[in-house]
Amino acid sequence: MTPLLRVSGLTRMYGGRVGCKDVSFELWPGEVMGIVGESGSGKTTLLGCLSARLDPSSGTVEYDTREDGLTDIHALSEPRRRMLMRTDWGIVHQNPRDGLRMGVSAGANVGERLMAVGARHYGAIRAQAGEWLRKVEIDAERIDDLPLTFSGGMLQRLQIARNLVTHPRLIFMDEPTGGLDVSVQARLLDLLRRLVTDLGLAAVVVTHDLAVARLLAHRLMVMRRGEVVETGLTDQVLDDPHHPYTQLLVSSVLQP
Amino acid sequence: MTVMIEVAALSKSYVLHTQGGVEIPVFAGAALSVGTGECVTLHGPSGAGKSTLLRCLYGNCKPDAGAIRVRHEGAAVDIASAAPRVVLEVRKRTLGYVSQFLRAIPRVPALDVVAEPLRALGVDAEAARTRAGELLARLRIPERMWHLAPATFSGGEQQRVNIARGFAARHPILLLDEPTASLDARNRAVVIDLIGQAKDEGAALVGVFHDDEVREAVSTRIHSMQG
Repeated sequence: MTPLLRVSGLTRMYGGRVGCKDVSFELWPGEVMGIVGESGSGKTTLLGCLSARLDPSSGTVEYDTREDGLTDIHALSEPRRRMLMRTDWGIVHQNPRDGLRMGVSAGANVGERLMAVGARHYGAIRAQAGEWLRKVEIDAERIDDLPLTFSGGMLQRLQIARNLVTHPRLIFMDEPTGGLDVSVQARLLDLLRRLVTDLGLAAVVVTHDLAVARLLAHRLMVMRRGEVVETGLTDQVLDDPHHPYTQLLVSSVLQP
Repeated sequence: MTVMIEVAALSKSYVLHTQGGVEIPVFAGAALSVGTGECVTLHGPSGAGKSTLLRCLYGNCKPDAGAIRVRHEGAAVDIASAAPRVVLEVRKRTLGYVSQFLRAIPRVPALDVVAEPLRALGVDAEAARTRAGELLARLRIPERMWHLAPATFSGGEQQRVNIARGFAARHPILLLDEPTASLDARNRAVVIDLIGQAKDEGAALVGVFHDDEVREAVSTRIHSMQG
């Protein structure tokens, strides 16, 4: 069996400052990895490099492409990289406005991804878009509404539908529940958990919320100042943390 | 009898970095062997490391040294050194854990909480729910509550939902961390029954039981631990 993603010695510098340093790991099909750590620890930089939106200073990110097996994504041609992003990957941004087109309808936001991979039949595209709106619990009557009229939680669910409609194998999520109030968060988390399990998706989820990490991630990577300080099974890292920084993170959480 | 768990030279200590780096040794050189149809009770004073040993067996605690070989699908897997995805696979098929605390997931109804370990094994929804319903009924959770999320249940009800979940998938190995704590006599008897049944079906069980009556009723062997 081949890992879906193999990261070796990944480093990204911003001038003289470290974004992330010497990160290595493998992600397997169906596996959800959480990246935790406080603001500025390099989580989003790492996610950017993994999803080919940022160039690394050194190191490689290999992805198991359908044609050639493990291939360094940063060495791919721009068209192939774009094709990969459209067909195999999904990216869920913290701010749904970054991942949606706010000027076109909800249905078009979902349908657009299908058209990008070659779907042309209007009726079929609309039917699939409607089906995905239902899966993310958005009322089918809203299919022709602009996202501008949606609440924050609905926007985030719409962004998820837009990403999953093409059945990606790997999905990157940056603080997917950030900025949502807790009841909306719970609904979104339950939805994400179910979709990830049902579709057998692999995912990399960046979050600073340890409860979100516990619910979604199979394993964790703890980052501090751009470096990975601890890794392991999610419940083991949270219940028996070894690194001083992880212990500090875990003990700093307020119990409601 | 087949050996299902073989613990060798296991050592564990906690280092509390946020409290001046205090080191708390828990146990050193621990050994334990558990076979099919056995229920081994870990016994010893508070602080002897009973729960820590159970948690190590489940991969929830990371030992400093030693091996925990578990028989998984006919082959030995060392939980102490296995990759996370391997530990998760062993938990799915081989290793069950029953504690008194339920980690409720928002919006998931009790019946699905209990059925989930079976669904993960690929059992179809109908059969998984039937088995879940039987267990909930045995543990006296009224049927009108099955379709509600357990977050709003009382402590005792949540505990019984968690016990039902732990027994649902009939794992070949079951780890029991005080499953009967704070249960009333009737429900305690149900849990004793469930444990007996698992033993008869050939499961290997390791448990911590504070209740003398439960301990005497279920143990085939006592493994004594000193703090």
